[in-house]
Amino acid sequence: MNEMLEMTLWQLVTAYIFIVILLAIVRWRKIPREKEIIIATLRMTIQLVLVGYVLMFIFENEKMIYSVIVIIIMEIFAVYNIYKRTKQSLSRDLKKIIAFSMVSGTLFAFLYFDFIVVRFSPWYDPRYFIPIAGMLIGNSMTGITLGVSSLIEGFTSRKKEVEAALMLGAPPKKASQGIVNHAFDSAILPTINSMVGMGIVFLPGMMTGVILSGAGPMDAIKYQIAIMLGITGSVSISVILFLYFGYKTFFNNHAQLKL
Amino acid sequence: MFSINQLVFKDIINVRKLEIESGKIYCLFGESGSGKSTLLKMFNSMLTPDQGKITYKDESIADLDPIQLRREVVMLGQDPIVFEGTVRDNLLIGLQFAAKEVVANQVLTELLKELHLAKDLDEEADKLSGGEQQRLAFGRVLLMDAEVYLMDEPTSALDENTETVIMDLFTKKVRNAGKTAIMVTHSKGIAEKYSDEIIYMTDILMKEGTLS
Repeated sequence: MNEMLEMTLWQLVTAYIFIVILLAIVRWRKIPREKEIIIATLRMTIQLVLVGYVLMFIFENEKMIYSVIVIIIMEIFAVYNIYKRTKQSLSRDLKKIIAFSMVSGTLFAFLYFDFIVVRFSPWYDPRYFIPIAGMLIGNSMTGITLGVSSLIEGFTSRKKEVEAALMLGAPPKKASQGIVNHAFDSAILPTINSMVGMGIVFLPGMMTGVILSGAGPMDAIKYQIAIMLGITGSVSISVILFLYFGYKTFFNNHAQLKL
Repeated sequence: MFSINQLVFKDIINVRKLEIESGKIYCLFGESGSGKSTLLKMFNSMLTPDQGKITYKDESIADLDPIQLRREVVMLGQDPIVFEGTVRDNLLIGLQFAAKEVVANQVLTELLKELHLAKDLDEEADKLSGGEQQRLAFGRVLLMDAEVYLMDEPTSALDENTETVIMDLFTKKVRNAGKTAIMVTHSKGIAEKYSDEIIYMTDILMKEGTLS
């Protein structure tokens, strides 16, 4: 009961039948997505295998520097990914704010989680450090991406409303309040929704992992509650930092809209 | 009150000299694309000229706090804008933006009557027609009790009768309070009927004078 179920390579290979089915369906329905599906499957497999080797090395050579390097790479990747995933063009100032809020928001939440909530021992223990940092950074990345899109879209579509407010003497903060609030909503809602559905609609990844590795459900749940709260904290702090500084990049020194 | 000297903005504006006196109603009149709206926006720092100087009460606008300036020199843009919320929210929002004291419901109801807007204060503003929204925007600006009113085509969405009602009301209020207004208009009739002075714009320089 407390042993992790071993999976042979052949058993794993049989799981690829789902992709084969998917390919058959798209071919049958003449949906031109075969190439994308094959590339995505290959990328997922290769990336995970590589990560597996890297993690194996890091777990065997438990050193602070490795954990720190991993978190730095994750942060860089996350910031780069936000730039790439945002369809609208980003100003230089906005890019700086994205990087700053992403890194400081996730690091703050993560260090709190590490030193106060779970208290890993040692604090850089890669078995906890890496997956938990990954979850916080990944969720904040999604949150900020949604926030960035919503903020830019808001300023573009509600430009005249913002200008009308400025014309009456509103400071930029008040003139963009509606847009900022809406962007916060869009960024934070997926996290809130996932808390609501937690345990009923789906068993989250971390809990599944902990249970699969042989721990009791109550232990898994304690971790899951803590990580959900950590994710909520990390997403909110990064998004709030981003919005607090981000909206300012749409105005110049004369309180004029730059768009 | 305002003084303009050698003002240049892109290829749109090139104004040698212009004086705006306090307590008068001016009309900026000219063809489409002659830069009337662009110039109007410079009076309250919604746009900054590339070259030249514009002063308000003898101080360069470039040196003034734009937010404070706009609370004295309010502007109503070309498109009537309604903000989220009720008619009441929309009337009061200007005062809230400018951190001024809000007024009582009775004042608002009275203002709606003057604007010929038979609407309830609790009605959602986005349900109003284009013309009604423009009158609501007018009301919002009138409540601001400003020194100067910059109005960019303020009656574009109104029929002739309503236009007369609104312009009569607006100019009466401005004159009674001894305030200043600068209006942009395409309508020769409005310019002649309501302004003390008409400013005719050409591409290069601005002259004071009559309509051509």
